[in-house]
Amino acid sequence: MIWYIIKRLLQLAPVIIGVTLIAFSLIHIAPGDPARTMLGQHATQKEINEIREKYGLDEPIIVQYGLWLSGVVRGDLGRSIITNDLVINEISSRFPNTIELAVAAMLFAILIGGFAGIISASKQYSVTDYTVMGVALFGISMPVFWLGIILMMIFGVILGWLPIGGRIDLMIPFQRVTGFMIIDSIITLNLPALISSIKHLILPAVALGTIPMAMIARVTRSSMLEVLRQDFIRTERAKGLSERAVIYKHAVRNAMVPVVTVIGLNFGLLLAGAILTETVFSWPGLGRLVVEAVYERDYPLVVGCILIFAIVFVVVNLITDILYTYIDPRIKYE
Amino acid sequence: MNKWDWIKTKFKKIHSYIKKFSIKRVEHVGARSRETKSQELVRRFLYNKSAVFGLVLILILVFMALFADFIAPNDPNPSPPELENSLKPGFWDEEGAEGKPLGTDMLGRCILSRIVYGARISLSVGFVAVGIATALGVTIGVLAGYFGKWVDSILMRGVDIIFSFPALLLAIVIVATIGQGLDKAMIAIGIVYSPQMARIMRGSVLYIKEMEYIEAQKAIGSSNTRIIFRHVLPNSLSPVIVYGTLLMASAILDAAALGFLGLGAQPPTPEWGAMLSESRFYIVSGSWWAATFPGIAIIFAVLGLNLLGDGLRDILDPRLKT
Repeated sequence: MIWYIIKRLLQLAPVIIGVTLIAFSLIHIAPGDPARTMLGQHATQKEINEIREKYGLDEPIIVQYGLWLSGVVRGDLGRSIITNDLVINEISSRFPNTIELAVAAMLFAILIGGFAGIISASKQYSVTDYTVMGVALFGISMPVFWLGIILMMIFGVILGWLPIGGRIDLMIPFQRVTGFMIIDSIITLNLPALISSIKHLILPAVALGTIPMAMIARVTRSSMLEVLRQDFIRTERAKGLSERAVIYKHAVRNAMVPVVTVIGLNFGLLLAGAILTETVFSWPGLGRLVVEAVYERDYPLVVGCILIFAIVFVVVNLITDILYTYIDPRIKYE
Repeated sequence: MNKWDWIKTKFKKIHSYIKKFSIKRVEHVGARSRETKSQELVRRFLYNKSAVFGLVLILILVFMALFADFIAPNDPNPSPPELENSLKPGFWDEEGAEGKPLGTDMLGRCILSRIVYGARISLSVGFVAVGIATALGVTIGVLAGYFGKWVDSILMRGVDIIFSFPALLLAIVIVATIGQGLDKAMIAIGIVYSPQMARIMRGSVLYIKEMEYIEAQKAIGSSNTRIIFRHVLPNSLSPVIVYGTLLMASAILDAAALGFLGLGAQPPTPEWGAMLSESRFYIVSGSWWAATFPGIAIIFAVLGLNLLGDGLRDILDPRLKT
C-alpha cells in the first residue's frame, strides 16, 4: 500500500513539472515587458536594465525558469504587480474560504445526491424515481452562475432569509486564527460570527453543490441498480433480511466505487464552479482572486493561483485513486 | 340476438384481432431483417424518447439561429437605445412593454429577440470549439494510439498535464494570455477540450489496431497513412460523434461562463452568459426576468445536447451503454 502511494507520488512529478512549465510560459507569452510594468511609462533605459539584471530578466529563458522554479519550491511566488504584496500571502488569505465553500458544497452534494440516488434505485420506475432523475437531468444542464443568481433572488431578495453575498457580516467583531471562519469562530467561542458565517455559506454551497449532486444521484442510481440485480442480493432477501438492511448494509457498500470516481472527478468541476460561484456571491476566495487578477493583468498572481488550483486538483485525484483500494480491495495497485 | 350469439361474435372478433396481430408481427420481423444498417440505427434512435426530445430541442435552436432575422420580434441592439423602456416586465404584467413578450433589459432591449440571436452565437461557439477540439484531439489520439511506444508516452503525458487543470480555469488563463473576446474564447475552449477527445480517440484506435482487417492491410503492404485514413479513422467515427455532441454541451456552458465573467463575448453581443452577467445586479430591485430567461435558454441548449449525446451513445456505441 505504502509503495503504491510512493509510486503514485513519483508519477506526479512529471505532471507537476509540466504544470509549472505551462504556468511559467504564460508569464512569458503574456504581452508587456515586466520591467517596464514595474517602473511605469517614464522609466529610463538604464533603470530598466538595472531591474532586468536584479530580477534575472536578462538571463537565458531556461535559467530564468530555473530561478523561478527554485523560488516556487521555497514558497516564493513573487509579488503582485498591482498591490506589491507577496503572492503567497494573498493566496493563503483567500485559500481557506475556497476550501470551506468547496467542502460544504461537496458535503451537500454527497448527502443529498447519494441519498436521492439510493431512494431512486430502490423504487425504480416510481414517481419518486422519475422526479429525482428529472431534477438531476436539469441539474447537470444548469449553469452554476444562473442557479446562484436564482437562489440569491429567491432566498436573499424576495424571502430575505439569507444574505446575498460576502463571507461574514462586517459589523461582527472577528478574530482570525486559522483563516477558516467557521473553525475560528468555534475556537474563539464567537457565536454571532459562527451563525453569520454559516448563513453566508449556505447559498453559495447549495449553488456550487447542485451540479455534483445531480451527477452523484445519477451515478449512485445506476450503480445501485446494477448491484441490486446481483445474486448475493437475492440471497440476502431470501434469507429474510429486511429491505432496509439489504440496501443500506449490503448494496450501498458494493455500489460505492463508481460513486467515489464521480466524486473525485467532480472536485475539478467544483474548483471551476467555485470561480463562478464566488463571482456571483462576492465570496472572497481563490476563484474570485484569479478572475480579478486576470482583469488587472496581474500575471504573477494569476500564475500563483493556477499553480495552487492545479496542485489541489492533482492531489484530490491521487486521494481518489488511493480511496478505491480501501473501498474495493479487488482493485490491485500494480 | 341472444346472449350466446353475442359472446360468440365477441370471441370471433377477438380471435380475428389476434390473427391480425400475429400476422403483423411476422411481417414486422421480416421487415426488420430487410432493413439496412442505417435504417436500423434510425429506428433504434426514434425508439429512444429522450434522445428524440433532445434532437427536437436542438432543431428548435438551429431553426432559431438560422431564421433569427424573421423570428425575433425586435432589433436585438436598437440604436439609439430605448432607455425609456428600461427593465419593463413582459406579458405577465399589464404594464409590460408592448411587443416585448419577455420584457426588456436595462437598456430597453427586447430580451426575447436577444435570446433568439444568442442561439446563433451559442451554437456557433459549440461547433467551432468542438471542431478545434476534435481536429487537435483526433490527431493526437490517432498518433498516440497507432504508433504507441515513445510517441504515445510523450503525447499522453502532455494530455495528462492539461488534464491537471480544471477546464474552465485553463480556458480563463488562455483567454488572459491571448486576449478577451468571443473568437478567443472559442479557441481557448477548443484547446482545453482537445485532451478529452485525444483520450477517447486513443482508446478507440488501440482497439481497432488489433482488428484482423488492420493486420490484413499491413500484410498486403499498405502504408501507415493509408491504413489510418482509409481504415482506422472511419471505424472510430462513432465515439467522436457521441463525445463531440456531449462536449458541445459543455462548450456552450463554458462559453457562457466566460461571457458571464466578462472574458468571452463582449457587450453589446447578445450572448446568453453575458446577458446574465449584465442584468444580474438588477434582481435586487425586483427585475428578475432579465437574468432568468437567458439562463433558461442555456439550460435548454445544454439539456438538448446532453440528451441527444446520451441517445447517440446508446445506439452508436453499445459497448459504453450503462
